[in-house]
Amino acid sequence: MAHINVPEGVPGIRSLVMFRPETGKYLYDLAQELLRGESPLSQADRELIAAYVSKRNDCFFCMSSHAAAARCLYGDDEAIVDDVLSDMKRSAISDKLKALLHIAGKVQVLGKEVTSADIDAAKKEGASDKEIHDTVLIAAAFCMFNRYVDGLASLTPTDPEAYKEMGKRMVAGYNLPPRV
Amino acid sequence: MAHIELGNDLPGIRGLMAFRPETEGALNALAEILLRDNNNSLSRGERELIGTYVSYLNDCFFCQNVHGALAGHYLGCDIHQIDAIKADFNAADLSEKMKALLAIAGSVQKGGKLVTSEQVAAAREAGATDVEIHDAVLIAAAFCMFNRYVDGLGTTAPLDRQFYINRAPQRAEDGYLVLR
Repeated sequence: MAHINVPEGVPGIRSLVMFRPETGKYLYDLAQELLRGESPLSQADRELIAAYVSKRNDCFFCMSSHAAAARCLYGDDEAIVDDVLSDMKRSAISDKLKALLHIAGKVQVLGKEVTSADIDAAKKEGASDKEIHDTVLIAAAFCMFNRYVDGLASLTPTDPEAYKEMGKRMVAGYNLPPRV
Repeated sequence: MAHIELGNDLPGIRGLMAFRPETEGALNALAEILLRDNNNSLSRGERELIGTYVSYLNDCFFCQNVHGALAGHYLGCDIHQIDAIKADFNAADLSEKMKALLAIAGSVQKGGKLVTSEQVAAAREAGATDVEIHDAVLIAAAFCMFNRYVDGLGTTAPLDRQFYINRAPQRAEDGYLVLR
């Protein structure tokens, strides 16, 4: 049971933005810009950052849904997602993406945890300032989304199948659901 | 020196927004609806106070001073009173409802799952509506993003707290959509 009177049977953030579309609109706009807008990072990599941070924040809903979106976007390379979520450092991703995920992990703890050495390591692997910026902002944004979803105890489906459809829908874009 | 080359000398989040105008719009629109929209039963001062308190817990100097000065401006108290509220809101001259909402915000800062049914029940008993509980959680969550964005990229900002106090009246008038 959610902490507030959101529409019944609707999962996660969807139930919250249906309860309060006035703020929901801007949350979805932000998600759309961060995850689907123009960026030097691929949409798949951005969804992976989102899933990685959500996992670290122990937000099952956001982790599962963004992991599902990332799997769709990686296509044949979808195994990357579960590799990263189980052991990022040993996964078969580029050293640049590892350095960016390392920064995202620091952001998850707190902004000040990110050190110049973390940034230098990412730059050494070829990360641009814009890629570092987008990584930090996506990680920070999921520290918001995760807290929003769990702070109001929204419905979290436990069946992995439920997230497959969600992932497909998310790939198409973040659109505010119709008002109840 | 920020962690990335921003190409401007603007303080805190302003420098990041000028660097990446693509995400600036969505972030400012979110701040505006959360903190300033008139269609809200929490006053602007109360909402800024939630943002200030969470920024204090996240140890974000820039955000707690910008929003602390704004909270002081709206609530008619000086920076010392704001500091006292941050340090111990239970001892402050605030409504029981605000104290209950700040307690929820404090839990959100640590992690969404830390918000308890008891905290929500206490807020309701003190007169908080579902929308007010929702907004307290979302404002707290949003500052967990803004704070990480500002500090995660190592932005710089004036250390003189009077700078923020001096700017508050103009920001209160302009809001977050008009940046000058």
